[in-house]
Amino acid sequence: MNELRFFGEGLPYLGPVDCTGALITLEGTDGAGRTTQLSMLRRWLEEHGHGVIETGWTRSPLIGRVIAQAKQFRTLNRFTYSLLYASDFADRLEKEIIPALRSGFIVLSDRYVFTAFARDVIRGVDRQWVRDLFGFAPIPHLVLYLKIDVATLIRRVIPRGVIDSFESGMDMALGDDPYDSFKRYQTLLLREYNAMADEFGFSVVNARMKPERIQEVIRRVVSEFFAQRQSVDTPPAGEAAPLDAGAVVPARPDTAADPVRASA
Amino acid sequence: MSESALQPHDWPGRLIVVEGIDGSGKSTQLQLLQRWLEMKGYKVFFTEWNSAELVRKTTKRGKRKRSLTPTTFSLLHATDFAHRLVGSILPPLKAGMIVLADRYVYTAFARDVVRGCDREWVRKVYRFAPKPDIALYFRVPIEVAIRRLTMARQVLRDFEAGMDLKLHPDPVESFRIFQGRILDEYDRMGPEHGFVVIDATGRINDQQDKVRKVVSGRFRNYGPTQRIA
Repeated sequence: MNELRFFGEGLPYLGPVDCTGALITLEGTDGAGRTTQLSMLRRWLEEHGHGVIETGWTRSPLIGRVIAQAKQFRTLNRFTYSLLYASDFADRLEKEIIPALRSGFIVLSDRYVFTAFARDVIRGVDRQWVRDLFGFAPIPHLVLYLKIDVATLIRRVIPRGVIDSFESGMDMALGDDPYDSFKRYQTLLLREYNAMADEFGFSVVNARMKPERIQEVIRRVVSEFFAQRQSVDTPPAGEAAPLDAGAVVPARPDTAADPVRASA
Repeated sequence: MSESALQPHDWPGRLIVVEGIDGSGKSTQLQLLQRWLEMKGYKVFFTEWNSAELVRKTTKRGKRKRSLTPTTFSLLHATDFAHRLVGSILPPLKAGMIVLADRYVYTAFARDVVRGCDREWVRKVYRFAPKPDIALYFRVPIEVAIRRLTMARQVLRDFEAGMDLKLHPDPVESFRIFQGRILDEYDRMGPEHGFVVIDATGRINDQQDKVRKVVSGRFRNYGPTQRIA
Protein backbone atom coordinates (compact mmCIF):
# COMPACT_ATOMS: atom_id res chain seq x y z
CA MET A 1 0.00 0.00 0.00
CA ASN A 2 2.79 2.39 0.95
CA GLU A 3 5.30 0.93 -1.42
CA LEU A 4 8.54 2.84 -1.69
CA ARG A 5 9.13 4.33 -5.13
CA PHE A 6 12.56 4.70 -6.71
CA PHE A 7 14.16 7.12 -9.16
CA GLY A 8 15.11 4.27 -11.48
CA GLU A 9 15.58 0.53 -11.22
CA GLY A 10 15.61 0.47 -7.41
CA LEU A 11 17.03 -2.57 -5.64
CA PRO A 12 15.53 -5.51 -7.54
CA TYR A 13 16.85 -8.15 -5.14
CA LEU A 14 14.86 -6.62 -2.25
CA GLY A 15 11.52 -6.97 -3.98
CA PRO A 16 8.82 -4.36 -3.23
CA VAL A 17 9.67 -2.33 -0.12
CA ASP A 18 6.67 -1.74 2.09
CA CYS A 19 7.22 1.57 3.79
CA THR A 20 5.17 2.64 6.78
CA GLY A 21 7.57 5.45 7.65
CA ALA A 22 8.44 8.57 5.72
CA LEU A 23 11.59 9.86 4.08
CA ILE A 24 12.06 13.59 4.49
CA THR A 25 15.19 15.21 3.18
CA LEU A 26 16.66 18.62 3.71
CA GLU A 27 18.71 20.20 0.97
CA GLY A 28 20.62 23.45 0.75
CA THR A 29 24.23 24.57 0.45
CA ASP A 30 26.54 24.77 3.43
CA GLY A 31 25.58 27.70 5.61
CA ALA A 32 21.90 27.58 4.71
CA GLY A 33 21.13 26.31 8.21
CA ARG A 34 20.29 22.67 7.52
CA THR A 35 21.69 21.25 10.75
CA THR A 36 19.85 23.69 13.01
CA GLN A 37 16.57 23.18 11.19
CA LEU A 38 16.90 19.43 11.23
CA SER A 39 17.41 19.20 14.98
CA MET A 40 14.45 21.54 15.63
CA LEU A 41 12.28 19.47 13.30
CA ARG A 42 13.38 16.27 14.96
CA ARG A 43 12.52 17.53 18.42
CA TRP A 44 9.07 18.60 17.27
CA LEU A 45 8.35 15.29 15.56
CA GLU A 46 9.47 13.38 18.63
CA GLU A 47 7.31 15.56 20.87
CA HIS A 48 4.42 14.34 18.74
CA GLY A 49 5.41 10.75 19.33
CA HIS A 50 7.09 9.96 16.04
CA GLY A 51 10.16 7.78 15.90
CA VAL A 52 12.90 9.67 14.08
CA ILE A 53 16.19 8.53 12.60
CA GLU A 54 18.70 11.01 11.23
CA THR A 55 21.11 10.27 8.47
CA GLY A 56 23.56 12.39 6.56
CA TRP A 57 25.80 12.33 3.54
CA THR A 58 29.13 10.39 3.83
CA ARG A 59 28.81 8.82 7.20
CA SER A 60 28.70 5.12 6.46
CA PRO A 61 31.06 2.94 8.47
CA LEU A 62 32.03 1.10 5.29
CA ILE A 63 33.13 3.95 3.04
CA GLY A 64 33.11 7.19 5.04
CA ARG A 65 36.79 6.89 5.88
CA VAL A 66 37.89 6.29 2.29
CA ILE A 67 36.18 9.49 1.18
CA ALA A 68 37.79 11.51 3.95
CA GLN A 69 41.22 10.16 3.07
CA ALA A 70 40.81 10.53 -0.66
CA LYS A 71 39.69 14.12 -0.24
CA GLN A 72 42.69 14.86 1.92
CA PHE A 73 45.09 13.49 -0.66
CA ARG A 74 43.11 14.81 -3.63
CA THR A 75 43.19 11.45 -5.37
CA LEU A 76 39.64 11.54 -6.70
CA ASN A 77 38.61 12.12 -10.27
CA ARG A 78 35.11 13.19 -11.22
CA PHE A 79 33.88 9.60 -11.62
CA THR A 80 35.42 8.13 -8.48
CA TYR A 81 34.08 11.15 -6.59
CA SER A 82 30.53 10.33 -7.72
CA LEU A 83 30.91 6.59 -7.34
CA LEU A 84 32.34 6.70 -3.82
CA TYR A 85 29.50 8.89 -2.62
CA ALA A 86 27.06 6.55 -4.33
CA SER A 87 28.67 3.55 -2.59
CA ASP A 88 28.45 5.33 0.72
CA PHE A 89 24.83 6.19 0.19
CA ALA A 90 23.95 2.66 -0.95
CA ASP A 91 25.48 1.28 2.24
CA ARG A 92 23.45 3.59 4.49
CA LEU A 93 20.35 3.11 2.38
CA GLU A 94 20.28 -0.64 2.72
CA LYS A 95 21.49 -0.83 6.31
CA GLU A 96 19.83 2.19 7.94
CA ILE A 97 17.31 4.00 5.80
CA ILE A 98 15.25 1.16 4.33
CA PRO A 99 15.06 -0.85 7.58
CA ALA A 100 13.95 2.32 9.41
CA LEU A 101 11.30 3.14 6.79
CA ARG A 102 10.01 -0.41 6.96
CA SER A 103 9.64 -0.18 10.72
CA GLY A 104 7.69 3.04 10.53
CA PHE A 105 10.34 5.61 11.41
CA ILE A 106 10.54 9.07 9.96
CA VAL A 107 13.95 9.28 8.34
CA LEU A 108 15.37 12.80 8.29
CA SER A 109 18.18 13.01 5.81
CA ASP A 110 20.63 15.89 6.04
CA ARG A 111 21.29 16.15 2.27
CA TYR A 112 20.30 13.47 -0.18
CA VAL A 113 21.09 12.42 -3.75
CA PHE A 114 20.37 15.97 -4.93
CA THR A 115 23.61 17.03 -3.27
CA ALA A 116 25.43 14.54 -5.50
CA PHE A 117 23.51 15.72 -8.55
CA ALA A 118 24.55 19.32 -7.90
CA ARG A 119 28.16 18.72 -6.88
CA ASP A 120 28.97 16.14 -9.52
CA VAL A 121 27.50 18.06 -12.43
CA ILE A 122 29.55 21.15 -11.65
CA ARG A 123 32.60 18.89 -11.43
CA GLY A 124 31.96 17.94 -15.01
CA VAL A 125 30.06 14.64 -15.09
CA ASP A 126 27.13 14.13 -17.39
CA ARG A 127 23.86 15.25 -15.79
CA GLN A 128 21.99 12.15 -16.97
CA TRP A 129 24.76 9.79 -15.91
CA VAL A 130 24.70 10.83 -12.25
CA ARG A 131 20.89 10.61 -12.20
CA ASP A 132 21.06 7.10 -13.69
CA LEU A 133 23.77 6.15 -11.19
CA PHE A 134 21.38 6.89 -8.32
CA GLY A 135 18.55 4.93 -9.95
CA PHE A 136 18.62 2.69 -6.85
CA ALA A 137 17.63 5.60 -4.56
CA PRO A 138 14.09 5.91 -3.16
CA ILE A 139 12.18 9.06 -4.09
CA PRO A 140 11.77 11.03 -0.84
CA HIS A 141 8.25 11.75 0.35
CA LEU A 142 9.21 15.34 0.96
CA VAL A 143 12.21 17.45 -0.04
CA LEU A 144 12.66 20.65 1.93
CA TYR A 145 14.98 23.00 0.09
CA LEU A 146 16.51 25.84 2.09
CA LYS A 147 16.93 28.42 -0.60
CA ILE A 148 19.45 31.19 -0.10
CA ASP A 149 21.26 33.69 -2.29
CA VAL A 150 25.02 33.82 -2.56
CA ALA A 151 25.40 37.25 -0.90
CA THR A 152 23.50 36.21 2.25
CA LEU A 153 25.40 32.93 2.31
CA ILE A 154 28.80 34.63 2.14
CA ARG A 155 28.01 37.03 4.95
CA ARG A 156 26.86 34.11 7.06
CA VAL A 157 29.88 31.92 6.43
CA ILE A 158 32.70 34.46 6.77
CA PRO A 159 32.21 35.24 10.50
CA ARG A 160 32.54 31.51 11.21
CA GLY A 161 36.22 31.61 10.30
CA VAL A 162 38.21 29.97 7.57
CA ILE A 163 36.26 28.99 4.48
CA ASP A 164 36.28 25.22 4.02
CA SER A 165 38.19 24.25 0.92
CA PHE A 166 35.62 21.73 -0.29
CA GLU A 167 32.77 24.16 0.18
CA SER A 168 34.84 26.36 -2.10
CA GLY A 169 35.37 23.60 -4.62
CA MET A 170 39.13 24.02 -4.16
CA ASP A 171 39.61 20.59 -5.76
CA MET A 172 38.20 22.10 -8.94
CA ALA A 173 41.06 24.60 -9.20
CA LEU A 174 38.73 27.57 -9.38
CA GLY A 175 41.57 29.76 -8.19
CA ASP A 176 43.73 30.26 -5.11
CA ASP A 177 41.65 32.99 -3.53
CA PRO A 178 39.28 31.43 -0.97
CA TYR A 179 36.69 34.20 -1.23
CA ASP A 180 36.51 34.17 -5.03
CA SER A 181 36.45 30.41 -5.32
CA PHE A 182 33.82 30.07 -2.57
CA LYS A 183 31.63 32.58 -4.35
CA ARG A 184 32.08 30.98 -7.75
CA TYR A 185 31.54 27.45 -6.45
CA GLN A 186 28.45 28.30 -4.41
CA THR A 187 26.97 30.25 -7.33
CA LEU A 188 27.32 27.17 -9.54
CA LEU A 189 25.81 24.97 -6.82
CA LEU A 190 22.85 27.29 -6.28
CA ARG A 191 22.13 27.32 -10.00
CA GLU A 192 21.93 23.51 -10.00
CA TYR A 193 19.78 23.40 -6.85
CA ASN A 194 17.37 25.99 -8.19
CA ALA A 195 16.97 24.10 -11.45
CA MET A 196 16.34 20.89 -9.50
CA ALA A 197 13.66 22.56 -7.40
CA ASP A 198 11.51 22.54 -10.52
CA GLU A 199 12.75 19.24 -11.90
CA PHE A 200 11.99 17.31 -8.70
CA GLY A 201 9.31 19.44 -7.08
CA PHE A 202 11.16 20.56 -3.95
CA SER A 203 9.28 22.39 -1.23
CA VAL A 204 11.19 25.65 -1.33
CA VAL A 205 11.74 27.44 1.97
CA ASN A 206 13.24 30.92 2.08
CA ALA A 207 16.39 30.43 4.17
CA ARG A 208 17.12 34.15 4.53
CA MET A 209 14.57 34.38 7.33
CA LYS A 210 15.37 33.94 11.02
CA PRO A 211 15.85 30.29 12.09
CA GLU A 212 12.62 30.24 14.18
CA ARG A 213 10.65 31.60 11.27
CA ILE A 214 12.16 29.02 8.86
CA GLN A 215 11.24 26.27 11.30
CA GLU A 216 7.67 27.52 11.46
CA VAL A 217 7.40 27.22 7.69
CA ILE A 218 9.03 23.78 7.67
CA ARG A 219 6.60 22.50 10.30
CA ARG A 220 3.69 23.75 8.31
CA VAL A 221 4.90 22.00 5.15
CA VAL A 222 5.50 18.79 7.10
CA SER A 223 2.06 18.99 8.73
CA GLU A 224 0.43 19.47 5.35
CA PHE A 225 2.32 16.48 4.02
CA PHE A 226 1.09 14.25 6.86
CA ALA A 227 -2.45 15.55 6.59
CA GLN A 228 -2.47 14.77 2.88
CA ARG A 229 -1.04 11.35 3.48
CA GLN A 230 -3.59 10.54 6.16
CA SER A 231 -6.46 11.52 3.94
CA VAL A 232 -5.24 8.90 1.46
CA ASP A 233 -4.38 6.12 3.91
CA THR A 234 -6.40 4.73 6.74
CA PRO A 235 -4.37 5.50 9.83
CA PRO A 236 -3.38 2.43 11.82
CA ALA A 237 -4.70 2.10 15.37
CA GLY A 238 -2.61 3.74 18.06
CA GLU A 239 -1.06 6.21 15.62
CA ALA A 240 0.87 9.11 17.06
CA ALA A 241 -0.96 12.41 17.55
CA PRO A 242 -1.53 14.30 14.31
CA LEU A 243 0.96 17.03 13.63
CA ASP A 244 -0.37 20.50 14.01
CA ALA A 245 2.09 23.27 13.40
CA GLY A 246 -0.27 25.89 14.80
CA ALA A 247 -0.43 24.17 18.16
CA VAL A 248 3.32 24.45 18.62
CA VAL A 249 4.17 27.71 16.95
CA PRO A 250 1.54 30.41 16.82
CA ALA A 251 0.66 31.28 13.27
CA ARG A 252 1.55 34.78 12.19
CA PRO A 253 -0.40 37.11 10.00
CA ASP A 254 2.36 37.24 7.37
CA THR A 255 2.39 33.48 6.90
CA ALA A 256 0.40 33.73 3.72
CA ALA A 257 3.11 35.84 2.12
CA ASP A 258 5.99 33.50 2.76
CA PRO A 259 7.57 31.70 -0.16
CA VAL A 260 6.48 28.14 0.39
CA ARG A 261 5.64 25.98 -2.53
CA ALA A 262 4.12 22.60 -1.85
CA SER A 263 5.76 19.74 -3.69
CA ALA A 264 4.32 18.96 -7.10
CA MET B 1 19.96 -0.41 -25.35
CA SER B 2 21.60 2.46 -27.22
CA GLU B 3 21.55 4.88 -24.30
CA SER B 4 23.67 2.54 -22.24
CA ALA B 5 25.99 1.31 -25.01
CA LEU B 6 29.70 2.03 -24.67
CA GLN B 7 30.98 4.72 -27.00
CA PRO B 8 34.00 4.09 -29.25
CA HIS B 9 37.04 6.19 -28.37
CA ASP B 10 39.10 8.21 -30.81
CA TRP B 11 42.43 8.21 -29.00
CA PRO B 12 45.46 7.16 -31.04
CA GLY B 13 46.09 4.07 -28.86
CA ARG B 14 44.31 0.71 -28.89
CA LEU B 15 42.39 -1.04 -26.13
CA ILE B 16 42.27 -4.84 -26.06
CA VAL B 17 40.37 -6.62 -23.30
CA VAL B 18 39.94 -10.26 -22.36
CA GLU B 19 36.90 -11.70 -20.65
CA GLY B 20 35.86 -15.16 -19.47
CA ILE B 21 35.05 -17.02 -16.27
CA ASP B 22 37.77 -17.91 -13.78
CA GLY B 23 39.78 -20.80 -15.15
CA SER B 24 39.13 -19.94 -18.80
CA GLY B 25 42.83 -19.25 -19.36
CA LYS B 26 42.34 -15.65 -20.44
CA SER B 27 45.18 -14.27 -18.33
CA THR B 28 47.64 -16.72 -19.88
CA GLN B 29 46.51 -15.73 -23.35
CA LEU B 30 46.79 -12.04 -22.58
CA GLN B 31 50.32 -12.50 -21.26
CA LEU B 32 51.33 -14.33 -24.46
CA LEU B 33 49.77 -11.58 -26.53
CA GLN B 34 51.76 -9.00 -24.57
CA ARG B 35 55.05 -10.85 -25.28
CA TRP B 36 54.28 -10.91 -28.98
CA LEU B 37 53.28 -7.24 -29.19
CA GLU B 38 56.39 -6.15 -27.31
CA MET B 39 58.55 -8.31 -29.55
CA LYS B 40 57.06 -6.46 -32.51
CA GLY B 41 58.08 -3.16 -30.97
CA TYR B 42 54.75 -1.91 -29.62
CA LYS B 43 54.52 0.01 -26.38
CA VAL B 44 52.15 -2.00 -24.20
CA PHE B 45 50.46 -1.21 -20.89
CA PHE B 46 48.81 -3.94 -18.80
CA THR B 47 46.03 -3.47 -16.25
CA GLU B 48 43.77 -5.83 -14.36
CA TRP B 49 40.35 -5.79 -12.73
CA ASN B 50 39.99 -4.77 -9.09
CA SER B 51 43.54 -3.64 -8.52
CA ALA B 52 43.39 0.06 -7.62
CA GLU B 53 44.71 1.16 -4.21
CA LEU B 54 41.86 3.60 -3.65
CA VAL B 55 39.18 1.17 -2.46
CA ARG B 56 41.16 -2.04 -2.04
CA LYS B 57 41.05 -2.08 1.76
CA THR B 58 37.36 -1.27 1.84
CA THR B 59 36.47 -3.97 -0.65
CA LYS B 60 38.61 -6.52 1.17
CA ARG B 61 37.15 -5.65 4.56
CA GLY B 62 33.64 -5.68 3.15
CA LYS B 63 34.16 -9.08 1.59
CA ARG B 64 35.70 -10.50 4.73
CA LYS B 65 32.91 -9.26 6.95
CA ARG B 66 30.32 -10.17 4.33
CA SER B 67 28.92 -6.67 4.74
CA LEU B 68 28.70 -5.80 1.04
CA THR B 69 25.31 -5.71 -0.61
CA PRO B 70 25.01 -6.36 -4.36
CA THR B 71 24.81 -2.60 -4.90
CA THR B 72 27.80 -1.60 -2.76
CA PHE B 73 29.77 -4.50 -4.26
CA SER B 74 28.95 -3.18 -7.71
CA LEU B 75 29.68 0.47 -6.91
CA LEU B 76 33.00 -0.24 -5.21
CA HIS B 77 34.16 -2.15 -8.26
CA ALA B 78 32.99 0.69 -10.48
CA THR B 79 35.00 3.10 -8.31
CA ASP B 80 38.05 0.89 -8.69
CA PHE B 81 37.54 0.80 -12.44
CA ALA B 82 37.02 4.57 -12.75
CA HIS B 83 40.20 5.17 -10.78
CA ARG B 84 42.20 2.90 -13.10
CA LEU B 85 40.48 4.27 -16.19
CA VAL B 86 41.44 7.87 -15.55
CA GLY B 87 44.80 7.16 -13.96
CA SER B 88 46.08 4.16 -15.91
CA ILE B 89 44.05 3.34 -19.03
CA LEU B 90 43.37 6.70 -20.64
CA PRO B 91 46.93 8.11 -20.43
CA PRO B 92 48.52 5.27 -22.48
CA LEU B 93 45.58 5.38 -24.92
CA LYS B 94 46.10 9.10 -25.39
CA ALA B 95 49.83 8.49 -25.78
CA GLY B 96 49.18 6.08 -28.65
CA MET B 97 50.05 2.90 -26.74
CA ILE B 98 48.31 -0.46 -26.58
CA VAL B 99 46.38 -1.13 -23.36
CA LEU B 100 45.77 -4.76 -22.42
CA ALA B 101 43.05 -5.20 -19.81
CA ASP B 102 42.55 -8.47 -17.96
CA ARG B 103 38.78 -8.14 -17.49
CA TYR B 104 36.85 -5.00 -18.33
CA VAL B 105 33.37 -3.63 -17.66
CA TYR B 106 31.79 -6.82 -19.05
CA THR B 107 32.96 -8.59 -15.91
CA ALA B 108 30.78 -6.20 -13.93
CA PHE B 109 27.89 -6.61 -16.38
CA ALA B 110 28.00 -10.35 -15.72
CA ARG B 111 28.83 -10.55 -12.00
CA ASP B 112 26.69 -7.72 -10.71
CA VAL B 113 23.63 -8.99 -12.54
CA VAL B 114 24.17 -12.50 -11.18
CA ARG B 115 24.42 -10.95 -7.70
CA GLY B 116 21.04 -9.30 -8.22
CA CYS B 117 21.61 -5.83 -9.65
CA ASP B 118 19.47 -4.59 -12.50
CA ARG B 119 20.99 -5.41 -15.89
CA GLU B 120 20.28 -2.01 -17.41
CA TRP B 121 21.41 -0.08 -14.33
CA VAL B 122 24.86 -1.67 -14.32
CA ARG B 123 25.31 -0.79 -17.98
CA LYS B 124 24.33 2.81 -17.31
CA VAL B 125 26.78 3.10 -14.41
CA TYR B 126 29.68 2.14 -16.68
CA ARG B 127 28.63 4.35 -19.56
CA PHE B 128 31.74 6.52 -19.07
CA ALA B 129 33.99 3.63 -20.17
CA PRO B 130 35.29 3.65 -23.75
CA LYS B 131 34.38 0.72 -25.98
CA PRO B 132 37.40 -1.55 -26.46
CA ASP B 133 38.88 -1.93 -29.94
CA ILE B 134 38.92 -5.68 -29.43
CA ALA B 135 37.07 -7.70 -26.79
CA LEU B 136 38.23 -11.33 -26.68
CA TYR B 137 35.89 -13.71 -24.89
CA PHE B 138 37.39 -17.04 -23.84
CA ARG B 139 34.52 -19.45 -23.71
CA VAL B 140 34.92 -22.58 -21.64
CA PRO B 141 32.49 -25.11 -20.12
CA ILE B 142 32.23 -25.00 -16.32
CA GLU B 143 33.68 -28.49 -15.83
CA VAL B 144 36.88 -27.59 -17.68
CA ALA B 145 37.26 -24.42 -15.61
CA ILE B 146 36.80 -26.32 -12.35
CA ARG B 147 39.36 -28.94 -13.37
CA ARG B 148 41.92 -26.26 -14.21
CA LEU B 149 41.39 -24.24 -11.04
CA THR B 150 41.40 -27.17 -8.64
CA MET B 151 44.51 -28.59 -10.32
CA ALA B 152 46.38 -25.33 -10.01
CA ARG B 153 45.54 -24.12 -6.55
CA GLN B 154 43.55 -26.85 -4.86
CA VAL B 155 40.95 -24.58 -3.31
CA LEU B 156 38.46 -22.30 -5.01
CA ARG B 157 38.41 -18.81 -3.60
CA ASP B 158 35.12 -17.87 -1.92
CA PHE B 159 34.23 -15.01 -4.22
CA GLU B 160 35.00 -16.95 -7.40
CA ALA B 161 32.61 -19.54 -6.11
CA GLY B 162 30.02 -16.91 -5.15
CA MET B 163 29.92 -18.39 -1.64
CA ASP B 164 28.48 -15.15 -0.26
CA LEU B 165 25.34 -15.78 -2.32
CA LYS B 166 24.68 -18.97 -0.36
CA LEU B 167 23.82 -20.93 -3.48
CA HIS B 168 25.27 -24.14 -2.09
CA PRO B 169 27.33 -25.05 0.98
CA ASP B 170 29.88 -26.96 -1.09
CA PRO B 171 32.37 -24.60 -2.81
CA VAL B 172 32.66 -26.66 -5.98
CA GLU B 173 28.90 -26.94 -6.36
CA SER B 174 28.51 -23.25 -5.56
CA PHE B 175 31.17 -22.41 -8.18
CA ARG B 176 29.28 -24.52 -10.72
CA ILE B 177 26.02 -22.66 -10.14
CA PHE B 178 27.54 -19.18 -9.83
CA GLN B 179 29.91 -19.39 -12.79
CA GLY B 180 27.19 -21.08 -14.82
CA ARG B 181 25.04 -18.00 -14.39
CA ILE B 182 27.98 -15.76 -15.27
CA LEU B 183 28.52 -17.81 -18.40
CA ASP B 184 24.88 -17.19 -19.36
CA GLU B 185 25.39 -13.45 -18.93
CA TYR B 186 28.55 -13.49 -21.08
CA ASP B 187 26.76 -15.46 -23.79
CA ARG B 188 23.96 -12.92 -23.79
CA MET B 189 26.52 -10.07 -24.11
CA GLY B 190 28.46 -11.59 -26.99
CA PRO B 191 26.36 -10.26 -29.86
CA GLU B 192 25.41 -7.07 -27.97
CA HIS B 193 29.04 -6.00 -27.53
CA GLY B 194 30.78 -7.61 -30.48
CA PHE B 195 32.90 -10.13 -28.59
CA VAL B 196 35.44 -12.18 -30.53
CA VAL B 197 34.69 -15.63 -29.15
CA ILE B 198 37.68 -17.94 -28.66
CA ASP B 199 37.13 -21.61 -27.87
CA ALA B 200 39.10 -21.84 -24.63
CA THR B 201 39.12 -25.63 -24.49
CA GLY B 202 41.70 -25.82 -27.28
CA ARG B 203 45.48 -26.03 -26.93
CA ILE B 204 47.16 -22.92 -25.54
CA ASN B 205 49.22 -22.21 -28.67
CA ASP B 206 46.30 -22.80 -31.03
CA GLN B 207 44.25 -20.26 -29.08
CA GLN B 208 47.15 -17.80 -29.15
CA ASP B 209 47.51 -18.21 -32.94
CA LYS B 210 43.90 -17.23 -33.32
CA VAL B 211 44.29 -14.27 -30.93
CA ARG B 212 47.32 -12.97 -32.84
CA LYS B 213 45.49 -13.34 -36.16
CA VAL B 214 42.54 -11.32 -34.86
CA VAL B 215 44.81 -8.60 -33.50
CA SER B 216 46.88 -8.34 -36.72
CA GLY B 217 43.70 -8.15 -38.74
CA ARG B 218 42.39 -5.25 -36.70
CA PHE B 219 45.68 -3.36 -36.47
CA ARG B 220 46.11 -2.54 -40.15
CA ASN B 221 46.05 1.21 -39.50
CA TYR B 222 48.12 1.05 -36.37
CA GLY B 223 51.89 0.92 -36.18
CA PRO B 224 54.48 0.98 -33.37
CA THR B 225 55.09 4.69 -33.92
CA GLN B 226 51.88 6.55 -33.20
CA ARG B 227 51.00 10.18 -32.79
CA ILE B 228 49.96 11.29 -29.33
CA ALA B 229 46.70 12.99 -28.51
